[in-house]
Amino acid sequence: MNTFTYYPGCTLRTKAKDLDTYARSSAEALGITLTEPENWQCCGGAYTTAKDEIATKLSAVRTLNSAKEAGQPLVTVCSACHNVIKQTNYDISNDEEMASKVNNYLKLDEAYNGETTVYHYLEMLRDVVGFDNLKKQVVKPFKGKKIGAYYGCLLLRPSKALAMDDPENPTIMEDFIKAIGGTPVIYAQRNECCGGYITMEDKAQAQKRSSRVMESAQEQGADMIITACPLCLYNLKKNSGSDLPVYYFTELLAEALGLKEDNNEQ
Amino acid sequence: MNSNLKEQVLRSSGVNVLKCMRCGKCSGTCPSYDEMEYHPHQFVYMVEKGDIETLMKSESIYKCLTCFACVDRCPRSVEPAKVVEAVRLATIRQQGCNHLIADSIPEMLDEDLPQQAIVTAFRKYTK
Repeated sequence: MNTFTYYPGCTLRTKAKDLDTYARSSAEALGITLTEPENWQCCGGAYTTAKDEIATKLSAVRTLNSAKEAGQPLVTVCSACHNVIKQTNYDISNDEEMASKVNNYLKLDEAYNGETTVYHYLEMLRDVVGFDNLKKQVVKPFKGKKIGAYYGCLLLRPSKALAMDDPENPTIMEDFIKAIGGTPVIYAQRNECCGGYITMEDKAQAQKRSSRVMESAQEQGADMIITACPLCLYNLKKNSGSDLPVYYFTELLAEALGLKEDNNEQ
Repeated sequence: MNSNLKEQVLRSSGVNVLKCMRCGKCSGTCPSYDEMEYHPHQFVYMVEKGDIETLMKSESIYKCLTCFACVDRCPRSVEPAKVVEAVRLATIRQQGCNHLIADSIPEMLDEDLPQQAIVTAFRKYTK
């Protein structure tokens, strides 16, 4: 059966509960069992690329190893968790020195060398459920809704590690939008950065970045934006100055599957 | 000047700065270009020249958003963001050089700010 180890991450427990609860209810409706590892740790939010950083990579390795021990693929939802875990898995598979240092430190029963397959929830929909199959299970299609997919940076780059889609002309979120009955809107800034954590110390820069994204989507006639990232959602909603609605893609998924209270009146 | 700094940054980043052909595409695509005193292509060039301390003292090291646009779009796979990261680490690993301290967090909070922002900022700015 389709059973995955599911890694929610820190923000899905707190400010991004919608991203989490709709991911869980939708997976269940689609016949996928998500099991959460015990005692998981925060991924750290950003991958430290430096080769002489080991401690900052360990929590991601623990998560990857818990999926390996369960004999399951790992699925993530938050873009940041996904990015950190995928980059860690890529480096531990390709950098023997890093793998050896990590394993010497962790002293696992069996060394971890990148064995776990990692899916982002969107990839699980595409590659395991199948968008055609998903489409058949939609009971409340987003008919006539023009939806702009916001990839941001974390889902796509660095593309050799993330390997989700074409990093410059991705289609996975647009295909998702089509599967739930909406009309995807392509806009120039869909894979450019929202400003991310710079909102902590330079609000003006976050405002500049996020407003550029929203203006770009608005110019192409989007009715709403979807994202997989809590920090993108925050920047696009709070820093952009735009009133274009922004939702987690899982919320639209749950709504299309008829799992949400009836408020499809955006 | 610490003569070992260049070696340290090269080793920490894993980047071969000699591959750069100075096309400037990294800086052209950088979302923080306007905010930076030194731009991604200058990081690569200045590391090659061994001018590390100037970069270490510049606010530019805190402006990188880790969006990996320069990494993915470099035609020579130089991966400038990894150089910026290594220089920033050379700075913040020094005693007393954390860029973000926990006591300053409460005034940055609002009711919607996701934990992800705080965690990520600490990872980027503090050791």
